[in-house]
Amino acid sequence: MEEHDPPPQGGPPQLPPQMFTTAAQLLDLTDTNLVLTESVERIFARDVYADIPRGIFLVRGENVLLLGEVVWVFDSLQLTVSAKIWQDLDKDDYVPEPYREVSDNEAHEMQKQEKEDRKATDKSRAKKLHKLGFEVEHAGENLF
Amino acid sequence: MLFFSFFKTLVEQQVTVELKNDISIRGTLKSVDQFLNIKLDDIEVLEELKYPHLSSVKNVFIRGSVVRYVHLPAAQVDTALLEDATRREAATQASKK
Repeated sequence: MEEHDPPPQGGPPQLPPQMFTTAAQLLDLTDTNLVLTESVERIFARDVYADIPRGIFLVRGENVLLLGEVVWVFDSLQLTVSAKIWQDLDKDDYVPEPYREVSDNEAHEMQKQEKEDRKATDKSRAKKLHKLGFEVEHAGENLF
Repeated sequence: MLFFSFFKTLVEQQVTVELKNDISIRGTLKSVDQFLNIKLDDIEVLEELKYPHLSSVKNVFIRGSVVRYVHLPAAQVDTALLEDATRREAATQASKK
């Protein structure tokens, strides 16, 4: 932590600046907004997945957790074609074995079931923990 | 600043980054910044069958705040140097108070 200036004499007592997120810090977090075009949402549930076309997204930067580079065909135009690039090209459409593509509705249905299952297991777990004197916070949520 | 400097010494090494949502990603550490955001190249997801979401992704940028652990290549860490740096950091902190 950096040293900060002592509060001005006579004024109200100042709290150290690192106690709060300042407006400037918030701006820093959000100044990398993204525009996505032709976006596709891929949802996985149990052993199925579905691709849902979503169109244009404007994303506030603070919500970005991870950016991943998908290897595309035109990568090979800039480089000489090597075995590695062909491997990467294959990877573009690669989905691991047990997963199969289904319709949006089917995937959503599966997702709903999965959610309910998790809720049930979380609930029984929380109950058992409660009997032992533990309190479960944020049950069933994914927190970051 | 110690963590930032330390991770900079591990650039180009294989590391495994464990995220707060339990996904573990192994790849080559390409860069790190002051927020400990991390860039990894040629990644693979451990337990890919459980987390298929990144199966066609090669390189990633990870926001520092979502990282739980970074698993280090033990052979590449100079423990004596790290101890020394830790003490020096503690000394500067103490002298500021």
